[in-house]
Amino acid sequence: MAQSSSQAASIPIWRDERYLKLIAQIVFAVVVVLTANYLYQNMVNGLRQQGTTLGFTFLGGIAGFDISETLNDFSRTSAYWQAFLAGLYNTLLVSIVGIVLSTILGIILGVARLSINPLVRWLSAAYLEIMRNLSLLVFLIFWYLGVFLKLPRVREAVEWPGQVYLTNRGIVMPWGLPTETMPMYRTILIIGLCLALALGLVLFLRGRQTGKPPLTLLWSTLALILVAVIGWFVVPAAPLSLDLPVIQGLNITGGKTFTPEFMALVSGLVLYTAAFIGEVVRSGIQAVSRGQVEAARAIGLNPFQTLRLVVFPQALQVIIPPLTSQYLNLTKNSSLAIAVGYPDLFYVSNTIMNQSGRAVEMISLVMLTYLTFSLITSVFMNWYNARILLVER
Amino acid sequence: MAAVTDIKPPLSERPSPLGWARKYLFNSLGNSLLTIFSIWLIYTVGIGLLRWVFTQAEWQVIATNLRLILLGQYPIAQVWRIWLSLLLLAFLIGNSLAIWGKAGKTAKRFGAGLVAFPLLLALTAIGAESRGWLVGLSAMLILGWYLGRPATRTLRRVVAVGWFIWPPIFLILLRGTTPAEGVLPIVGTNLWGGLLLTFLLTVVGIVFSFPLGVFLALGRRSELRIVRWFSIGYIELIRGVPLISILFMAQLMLPLFLPAGITIDRVIRAMVGITLFSAAYLAENVRGGLQAIPKGQFEAAHAMGLNGLQTMSLIVLPQALRLVIPILVGQFIALFKDTALVAIVGLLDIVGIAKTVLAQPDFLGLQREVYAFVSLLYWVFSYAMSYVAQRLEISLGVGQR
Repeated sequence: MAQSSSQAASIPIWRDERYLKLIAQIVFAVVVVLTANYLYQNMVNGLRQQGTTLGFTFLGGIAGFDISETLNDFSRTSAYWQAFLAGLYNTLLVSIVGIVLSTILGIILGVARLSINPLVRWLSAAYLEIMRNLSLLVFLIFWYLGVFLKLPRVREAVEWPGQVYLTNRGIVMPWGLPTETMPMYRTILIIGLCLALALGLVLFLRGRQTGKPPLTLLWSTLALILVAVIGWFVVPAAPLSLDLPVIQGLNITGGKTFTPEFMALVSGLVLYTAAFIGEVVRSGIQAVSRGQVEAARAIGLNPFQTLRLVVFPQALQVIIPPLTSQYLNLTKNSSLAIAVGYPDLFYVSNTIMNQSGRAVEMISLVMLTYLTFSLITSVFMNWYNARILLVER
Repeated sequence: MAAVTDIKPPLSERPSPLGWARKYLFNSLGNSLLTIFSIWLIYTVGIGLLRWVFTQAEWQVIATNLRLILLGQYPIAQVWRIWLSLLLLAFLIGNSLAIWGKAGKTAKRFGAGLVAFPLLLALTAIGAESRGWLVGLSAMLILGWYLGRPATRTLRRVVAVGWFIWPPIFLILLRGTTPAEGVLPIVGTNLWGGLLLTFLLTVVGIVFSFPLGVFLALGRRSELRIVRWFSIGYIELIRGVPLISILFMAQLMLPLFLPAGITIDRVIRAMVGITLFSAAYLAENVRGGLQAIPKGQFEAAHAMGLNGLQTMSLIVLPQALRLVIPILVGQFIALFKDTALVAIVGLLDIVGIAKTVLAQPDFLGLQREVYAFVSLLYWVFSYAMSYVAQRLEISLGVGQR
């Protein structure tokens, strides 16, 4: 101890690594702060010459523009922040629908890559090769202008079985309209959900106790479906009435219309992302070594149990991290909505930017919003990884 | 060396086509249905596509606007400058194939394909002049190959340096040096467009983001806490937001950051945005390479008396970068596809040009043809580059050490 401290004292301060590191950090921090301050001052000066200052109070002002499709009740006279919210909701809608559909398609594609049928395998591989070498933006534009807007006019609408009409003004399909018994039915559904969750918990705990993992998800889902079906007939009148689309002259009335913009964006994102998810799923399944399957069969598990208890949990460990990053990619890519004219977060913010002239604030706000998505995702990922590590011992 | 499983079974045990089909395509009811479904899918999509391509599509729009799509509004009198830089590039490629392909079979096959490609294009090219240049490209490839055959150490160095000075030479040739009259009159960036601009943005993005990305990767692993936090903050910020928002920031906010009186044009702004974006992703890739270097390498370097800087620049970085070369090619491809987004901020890259082509009254309503062609261009280049990346991975022996 004494020796080392005397040695440390004998090193001149300009050669002592501890001080050098400290000084290097201070110098770096000072340079960064000065540069940032210089840029910021330039910006403030520039904005002052344009006659504006930074601030977010303008968000309270009246928007004065229309948004073609919104989930909240937005109109021309609503405030800017409501327009921003409308965009945010649309982005969330596209992302959630996109994530669900691309996961389904991706799993199909990934499993198809491992099929013993060479034709199916080849088709899936060809799909991946085609998709991953395309530029997503070009693909979306082609999909929108070249496919959805080239659908026939309403008068010559293509009809698919189940009264689904494909027209250049959107895809129209039968939809349920809520009737006056809907609130009651909704309460029943919530009760059913609680019941299913409780059942799942009980099964899970019992599985822990007995060491025999039951089919928790299956039974919970069945319970929910059961409650939903019984509830449908218990309430005095059906909670949803069927609304069929009908062609009347140049218009289609009734049913639910999905705009070409929405359809092109969602289906384009799904087709593109599914190719990558398929690759993730394939590599996840292949990552489980053959020995695991053979060992599971050797201790007497049947093929279904092998899949459920041995292959699937291990594959999931490999799949989840890259899968989350694909989900995040899809969410970020949904900002390409601006190319097909779907009013998502970015598109609406761009409109607000043009309308109010507040570029700096709006770009910061948009970036912050997307950053929040990805931070939430990475917090979840860290939690998940920690949990997986615990399981693995 | 062939693995045991690569060796084919004796002739007598190889299945007949019918037996093969029965074994793999129709061994169960489910599988038979899958097979029939696949055949139906291939048939309908294939027939529909062929019918459209050969009978319905009006490809005249592409033929008329080909120069616009490839080069934008670059002045015709100055196009020789692009050809000249391409000739240099072909020479470099020929050289590199001979040197690093070790004159092996794959390198030869690949080189032959590269030589044949311009010749094939020359058969279809419209003008006699471009035909001459295309033949020149093939000739330069072959010349480069023969001059690169000796593959001596000095030659390797010269060629490696050549790769580094090619981008600046290309930029100088493209932009020009003398004002109006003279050998190289300046061509403003507003005239750069089409595939040329797409490639330019990609090359500039990768070249400039490379040093930045390496620094960020080193910063993220630095012992200095402030440097590390800064690097992590930058990387996660950029990776957390969509490229389009960074491009908008570059277009709208970059001019504000600069002191009054200094303006930069739109193409440069896009280049800055793409570089800042690409650097964050490159940093993560390089970090992957750095993490793969075993600790022993650091310790050995220190034991030999190398200081931190020497350890990094002489021992660790060369190994790490070698590991990540294939991934960097992958990033180059991704960037190539992502540059399409500059069309949204109003630049005239291939996608932007496609919009202007479709705005011409003669070609209204031909969106399918134009965008299919643009997609095809992206597809062909991305596919070719990813093929090269795979070959590179094999020839560098990454993952086999």
